[in-house]
Amino acid sequence: MTVQHEMMPTPAPKLTSGRKQWIKSIAAALARIGALAVIFLAFGLYVPKYAFFSASNIENILMQSSVYAMAGLGMTMVIITGGIDLAAGSTIALSMVVTALVLTSGDGQFLITHPVLCTSLAVVGGMLAGTMIGLIEGLLITLLKLVPFIITLGMMMIVRGGAKELADNQEISPSSNNWLFRELMFPVQGQTFNWQLFPLGVWITIVAAILAAAFLRYTRLGRRIYAVGSNEATARLCGVPVQRTKVIVYALSGCFAGLAAVLEFSKLNMGQPTGAQTYELYIIAACVIGGTSLTGGVGTVFGTIVGALIIGTLNAGAQQAGWPKQRQEIVIGLIIIVAVALDQLRTRSTR
Amino acid sequence: MSDPLLTMNDVSKRFGPTVALRSVSLELHAGQVLALIGENGAGKSTLMKVLSGAHLPDSGKMTLNGQSYRPKNPLQARRAGVAMIYQELSIAPHLSVMENVLMGVEPTVGPFLNWSQMRERTRRALAEVGRADIDPATRAGSLGIAEQQLVEIARSVALGAKVLVLDEPTSSLTRSDIANLFTMLKRLRTQGIGIIYISHFLEEVGEISDRFSVLRDGSSVGSGQTTDITDDQIIKLMVGRDVEDLYPRTHHTPGEVALEIDQLQGEKKPRRASLQLRRGEVLGIAGLVGTGRTELLRIIFGLDSVKSGKLKIGTYVGPASPSRRWDQGVGMVSEDRKTEGLALGLSIADNITLSNPRNLGPFRLVLPGRQDRASAPWIKKLGVKCRTPRQNVGDLSGGNQQKVAIARLLQHDVDILLLDEPTRGVDIGAKAQIYELINELATQTTPNRPARAVLVVSSYLPELLGICDRIAVMNRGVLGQAKPVAEWNERSLMAEAVGQVDAFN
Repeated sequence: MTVQHEMMPTPAPKLTSGRKQWIKSIAAALARIGALAVIFLAFGLYVPKYAFFSASNIENILMQSSVYAMAGLGMTMVIITGGIDLAAGSTIALSMVVTALVLTSGDGQFLITHPVLCTSLAVVGGMLAGTMIGLIEGLLITLLKLVPFIITLGMMMIVRGGAKELADNQEISPSSNNWLFRELMFPVQGQTFNWQLFPLGVWITIVAAILAAAFLRYTRLGRRIYAVGSNEATARLCGVPVQRTKVIVYALSGCFAGLAAVLEFSKLNMGQPTGAQTYELYIIAACVIGGTSLTGGVGTVFGTIVGALIIGTLNAGAQQAGWPKQRQEIVIGLIIIVAVALDQLRTRSTR
Repeated sequence: MSDPLLTMNDVSKRFGPTVALRSVSLELHAGQVLALIGENGAGKSTLMKVLSGAHLPDSGKMTLNGQSYRPKNPLQARRAGVAMIYQELSIAPHLSVMENVLMGVEPTVGPFLNWSQMRERTRRALAEVGRADIDPATRAGSLGIAEQQLVEIARSVALGAKVLVLDEPTSSLTRSDIANLFTMLKRLRTQGIGIIYISHFLEEVGEISDRFSVLRDGSSVGSGQTTDITDDQIIKLMVGRDVEDLYPRTHHTPGEVALEIDQLQGEKKPRRASLQLRRGEVLGIAGLVGTGRTELLRIIFGLDSVKSGKLKIGTYVGPASPSRRWDQGVGMVSEDRKTEGLALGLSIADNITLSNPRNLGPFRLVLPGRQDRASAPWIKKLGVKCRTPRQNVGDLSGGNQQKVAIARLLQHDVDILLLDEPTRGVDIGAKAQIYELINELATQTTPNRPARAVLVVSSYLPELLGICDRIAVMNRGVLGQAKPVAEWNERSLMAEAVGQVDAFN
């Protein structure tokens, strides 16, 4: 047998270095912020008397976006694994009801004298309710080996029904003498004393986002979430506990939905079992606009936050433009499609 | 000689009635490259799946480093030190190189990843495979195929693999990449790693391996020092069987050119293909699986796009799509009858009339009764064993399913038949019927119905030699010249299929 391969030295292939990719991701972030700025400016110029640029309007957008962003943190993780959580809206509704119920149970009893304890319990209750729902989803998906779409579609209806059951199909309005009502999502703009710039809930969302981003970027579990979504078979082969990772991700998604529920509750000042309707779609849209890929493996917290801001700006803008509800829906739907299509074009051209 | 690093003794494995491995044994020493050779379906991949824990053997023993070795899953095998590099690379494309290399064993500080250690360990692993120039932070998906393969090997090295199994590692590499791969394998060999190298390509086997082992039909048929054997002897070991006498042959008279391709190139494969197919002719395409044979048929049928070159059906050269091809009298039987070739949930009659729902009722209606009547003659002619034309195709045996797939072409009355592995998974009786039918189609029977043209892709060489008038061999995306069947034999076909292509890249 003869050796037929000529052993010629290969020229060093052009590699995209880590640094170049870093520049790319910065460019992606700037493009998203640019899109947000364009939408914001467009509405700002369209809405009469420049009312859209007012501090209280910006605060309003931030408050609405916070709910989407908070739940979007968990949704981002779920979508990175290649899954989806259609029950997010229902989970927010149920957690909101649980929060309200804990607060009312305190009304008139000894807990009312401990407003901090009572409200803390209410917050923990809402988060726990969401986490439990997510945990159940994760277990069903991994144990029954059904696709997340089916399981969470079913859970969307089950949880919605559960929320109505729990609330006896009524809105629950606890007495308003507590921290959740007074501070969390109470507009501070226009008040004389506004050192905090935005309501506390917005700050909490920002902190949660930073923690979630660090979790995804720097922890082993966070990186394994990407590994599972990027190539599940490889992850399994390399000993990544794929099933456990998925269960944790859905539980986290539920937990963030629970936190979003506390924000929503504080915004509405009541627990609404029929509230947060179709929020899951806005949340998914925020993730997708933010560059998270529905096929898994790709996604950032920063993108989702900008996506949530875009959705919040669209909602507020469409309202203040004075358009009828139906036209708002059409415009928002169109912009979502255009935003994602442009993002795809951009990533394809830089690849 | 020292104790072997890995032994497999009398390993057997059956899947239902099929025996995949029959008491196969092999031995691998540290610092040695063992070439595992055999045709498609000879049992190489089953053997390696047993080795890597993907399949449990029915019987037989394995030892690794002198200790009993019986992995229950691929993860256990990897932890024991046996790493597989599959043809389809298993890389998480969105993650960085270092995350890929250390996936599953990431170093941490508390809950956080220890990035500096990850970078350091990845660097070391990359240096060991001779590519210290790759930045550990690079996104793995942005690397070329050769580098991705290297990342996978680095992953095994970082995990301390003792046995490295490479399954057809060069099938999608360029020649200079292959040279680099071999340099690296030689390096790993000096570090005491045992390498099992699976390949069809005998030149590669000759260059890289110390020993060889040949499998045929699930049994070991020969092994020894690579330096002691010639290519011809290996091919004889791989092929060595009798041609069954199943093949009818009447005289075919080639007529007008029905299909002509010239310097045809697909998006990926084939890289270059030229041929002329005439009416009254059965033309075979031989070659290994994955070399571009299926892609060639798909391009001709309009399923894949043409990158460059000429493709002419009769006198037509315009844009192609499957529906247009059906209208032009071209029909294709897919190699994958379960997911592509047939609609398994539909009835036999539905499947047979799927491409040609004409004359099945007034006003373009499709009446079940007419479907049944249209299908019945074909069911009878091909001897499809079924109760009624309304029966689900999914209920039939493989052979009968294949007959239904072919019956669709007959019901459509096509002039050019593109058949991809027409007898795969088909029992011997049905095979004989399919051969008979192909022969009949290529023979002019009535004065006003000219003979059909048939293009057959097959991995089963006796079949091609038995039914074809001419045969061309596809090798790494390049289609060789079609020569009359009398000028071929199994050994020359195999030699061309596994030989070096002249103008590679």
